[in-house]
Amino acid sequence: MSKEYVPEFIGTVTKYVFVESPDLTPQMLAIRAYEISEGVMIKETCFGLQVTGMPDEIEYLVAALRKEDPDHIFVKDRGFPPGDTRRCRANLGGARPGYYGHEFEMGLLRYVSHGLATVRDAEERGEEITHVSSAGRTQKKLTVDKLKELINAEEQ
Amino acid sequence: MAKVFIYPSTSLILSDMVARWGHEPLGAAVAVRERIQTPGLDSPPLQMTPEQPKKGLKYAAVEVPSGVRGRMALFGPMIDEAEAAIIVNDADLAFGCMGCARTNELITFLIRQREIPTLDVRYPESEEEGVTFVTAIRDFLKGLGGSE
Repeated sequence: MSKEYVPEFIGTVTKYVFVESPDLTPQMLAIRAYEISEGVMIKETCFGLQVTGMPDEIEYLVAALRKEDPDHIFVKDRGFPPGDTRRCRANLGGARPGYYGHEFEMGLLRYVSHGLATVRDAEERGEEITHVSSAGRTQKKLTVDKLKELINAEEQ
Repeated sequence: MAKVFIYPSTSLILSDMVARWGHEPLGAAVAVRERIQTPGLDSPPLQMTPEQPKKGLKYAAVEVPSGVRGRMALFGPMIDEAEAAIIVNDADLAFGCMGCARTNELITFLIRQREIPTLDVRYPESEEEGVTFVTAIRDFLKGLGGSE
C-alpha cells in the first residue's frame, strides 16, 4: 500500500557552489557565506558548498560569493536538499549519484576558468575575441587535400 | 532572460555559463526539484509516479522502454518550454545505460526538430580550447538578449 509523501523544504532552492581556485578554499568560501547569509542553510563540502534557502536569499548569496573569485567559482542547481536520505552517501554507501559527472567536469574547470579570465581581460581592454569555430574547437580536421599532399610528399 | 535547455542536462559548466550571462538554465535539477517538492504518494527515489511515463508518451511511443518515457516526462516539458539550447557533443558524462543513451538521442533530436537557436560545442581539452568554448557560449547567450 502506498504511503503519503510529505516533502521537506518546500519552496526552497538548493545550489552547489564549486570552487576550483588557487587562492580560495571551500573553507574560506564557507566563512564568507556565513558572513553574508541570513538563515540560509550552508553545508561545506570537499569541492565547495551546498546552499539551501528561499530563491531570493540564494540568488543574493550566490551573486555575492561569485564576486570572491568570478573565474573560479561555478554554480549549479541541485534537485535534492543536502543530506536527503535518497541521495546522501551516508545512507546509500559509495559515491553519491551524480558525483562522477561532477568529478569529470571538475577536471575541465581549469580550461574554462582560463577561458573566462581571458575573455574578461579582453573585454576590460576593449578588445574583441571571436570564436574560431562553432564546434568549440580550434583544431580543425585534416582535409582530404592536405592528406593527399602529405601522402605525395611521403612518396617523393 | 531566455530559458536555455542544457545538454547534458546535469552539466555544471553549462548551467553556470547560462546563469552567468543572465539566462535561466533548464536542467535535470529543476525538473527533479519540482517533483520532490510536490506532495503526493511516496514513490522514491525521484517521486516518479505511474503517471509520469504516461506523460512521456507525448514524446516516445508506447513500445519504447518505460525508462525512456519516464526520463522524457522530466525533459520533454523543458524542451517544449526552452527558447534556446546548448548541446555539448560527445560528452563523456552523458554516457549511460540504454535508457539514458536512447533518451539522449531523443533529446537532441527533439531540440533540433523544434528549430530554436542551438549552439553545438565540445568540452575543452586545453586552455586554448577553453577560450574558444567560453567565447562561443558567451556570443551565443549575448545574442539571445538579457543582461550579465
